[in-house]
Amino acid sequence: MNIRRWPVWPMLLKEFIQMRRDRLTLGMMVGIPAIQLALFGFAIRTEVQHLPTLVLDDARTSESRRLVATLVNSQYFDIVAEVRSRAEITDWIERGEAAAAVIIPHQFSRDLKRRRGAAAQIIVDAADPLSSQAALAGANLAGLTFQPGSAAGGRAVDLRVRPWYNPMLSSSTYIVPGIIGVLLSLTMIVINAMAVVRERERGTLEQLIVTPIDRTSLMLGKIVPFLLVGYVQMTVILLLGRLLFHIPIRGDLALLYVMAFPFIVACLGIGLLFSTLVRTQAQAMQAGFLFILPNILLSGFMFPRAAMPVAAQWLGLALPLTYFLEILRGILLKGVGTRALWPELVALSVFAVLIVTLSVRRFHKTLE
Amino acid sequence: MIPGTTGGSSGSAAIVTEGLHKRFGDLVAVEKLDLRVRRGEVFGLLGANGSGKTTTIRMLTGLLPPTSGGAMVAGIDVVRDPEAVRRRLGYMSQRYGLYDDLTVYENLRFYAALYGLIGAPGRTRIEELIADLGFTSQRNQLAGTLSGGWKQRLSLACATAHRPDVLFLDEPTAGVDPAARRHFWEVIRALAGGGTTILVTTHYMDEAERCQRLAMLWKGRLVALGAPHEITAQLGQPSLEDAFIALQESEGAAA
Repeated sequence: MNIRRWPVWPMLLKEFIQMRRDRLTLGMMVGIPAIQLALFGFAIRTEVQHLPTLVLDDARTSESRRLVATLVNSQYFDIVAEVRSRAEITDWIERGEAAAAVIIPHQFSRDLKRRRGAAAQIIVDAADPLSSQAALAGANLAGLTFQPGSAAGGRAVDLRVRPWYNPMLSSSTYIVPGIIGVLLSLTMIVINAMAVVRERERGTLEQLIVTPIDRTSLMLGKIVPFLLVGYVQMTVILLLGRLLFHIPIRGDLALLYVMAFPFIVACLGIGLLFSTLVRTQAQAMQAGFLFILPNILLSGFMFPRAAMPVAAQWLGLALPLTYFLEILRGILLKGVGTRALWPELVALSVFAVLIVTLSVRRFHKTLE
Repeated sequence: MIPGTTGGSSGSAAIVTEGLHKRFGDLVAVEKLDLRVRRGEVFGLLGANGSGKTTTIRMLTGLLPPTSGGAMVAGIDVVRDPEAVRRRLGYMSQRYGLYDDLTVYENLRFYAALYGLIGAPGRTRIEELIADLGFTSQRNQLAGTLSGGWKQRLSLACATAHRPDVLFLDEPTAGVDPAARRHFWEVIRALAGGGTTILVTTHYMDEAERCQRLAMLWKGRLVALGAPHEITAQLGQPSLEDAFIALQESEGAAA
């Protein structure tokens, strides 16, 4: 077939013209990421700082008091009480009146002076992973800025964070990179499902089917423009996340964009699949939000998967977002590359192929 | 020669159905329909809502597969090769199938390009359609802002951009004012004069009168076939409208 006469070209041109005139899609591209980032991002900033913290100071020296002051200055810890024993710490934390505790051993100052690398411990209630992020961040900050005073040299203090109730906690920020994944799935699924359902509602789908347009052109017409929307959205969130919340980008950004491809395609496929199951645009919207809920809960976006019951972990494996979150956090936070992330890439590619195939088949059936 | 009295040989038939049958669950929407429409003929499917008109058109355009039986359109088997048939037919649905957020010109360009009408030949054809239908001043207007009559004209232009051999019109003038309806039928007659075969569904009697031949459907069954005056004769009624009402009443009484 003459490639210039391939119906995919008019289809793509049409989709781009419609997209340019559609305020809703443009709004979803930029507006929703901004709102969500502000919501999630500021929640992290305000709530998770100022953890109610206990102090168990067995050293009782000027150095130990300076360490406590440094922790308080990091803004992550607020001292709510001084306690005498570990049993008291357990008691306070179990009552929920404290979320963290600083334990300074009696040999703390002596170790500092001997330049042996003094150690102090921070216990954190990790049932809420956000608290543990804060404790980690605060401990890092305090460890870097701690000045033991004239008595000791420049030797840094070793602050060990022990997450309670959730020992498998992985390091560093969970939420902000995850927002990219959650927002992409939500908007890709909803926008695409609505775009197809809109054609059905208005009777243009029926008209299209009577033309000689091939199914591939029809599908590409619905996938390619929204793939670009997905990349624009991802870029918007990355930029906002970088500017407003200073999320780190430790790995290869280009690799992230490559690995986002099968994820976005899989989400668009789910959107197409939904469009074959619902009748109206409102239903498409509802189906999208219904689908996103287990994604938020099971993918590891909000809660660490390691802390979930086995059944929930298995369910999580059935969601593309689970793999994409690994990729996002791996590249942005840990700076890892293909060698660590290829299983996720393979899983996402399999998902993309399966879902698109399934939705194209179902799509065909509903045309009949 | 009176159309309808001679049953046209298969060589000159543009649409042939044989035992065309469609069932949705327990409901028989179209019952073993046999029709033969000649090339260049304006053929009407007349019936009340739910009589099976739209289902018939959808089977002939390949939108719905028949439960049994078959159909040939422009000499091509619709069931076996729906893709080949689609290049030869035009279809105008009740809902017009226009993109409200595209302009008149963009709608035409889109549908023409789907049939491979691109580049200079495509532009020439679009300008021709715009001039023929009097769209010169509205060419950059969004289709969603057109009135019903203009939407109908644009829909017809989109459906005929590729000069189809067979044109299917599903209740094309529903909700359109009488002046627009008259203009529409002038265009239809001109198309038929140029050799296009036209199958139109309607429940308007004045529209049915304009068809060369009619098939009257009732609950999916063919109850009368022929030129309008033949149908009135067959059913022993003074006018099509009387025939239509008499049919409904007699069927109602029989049921």
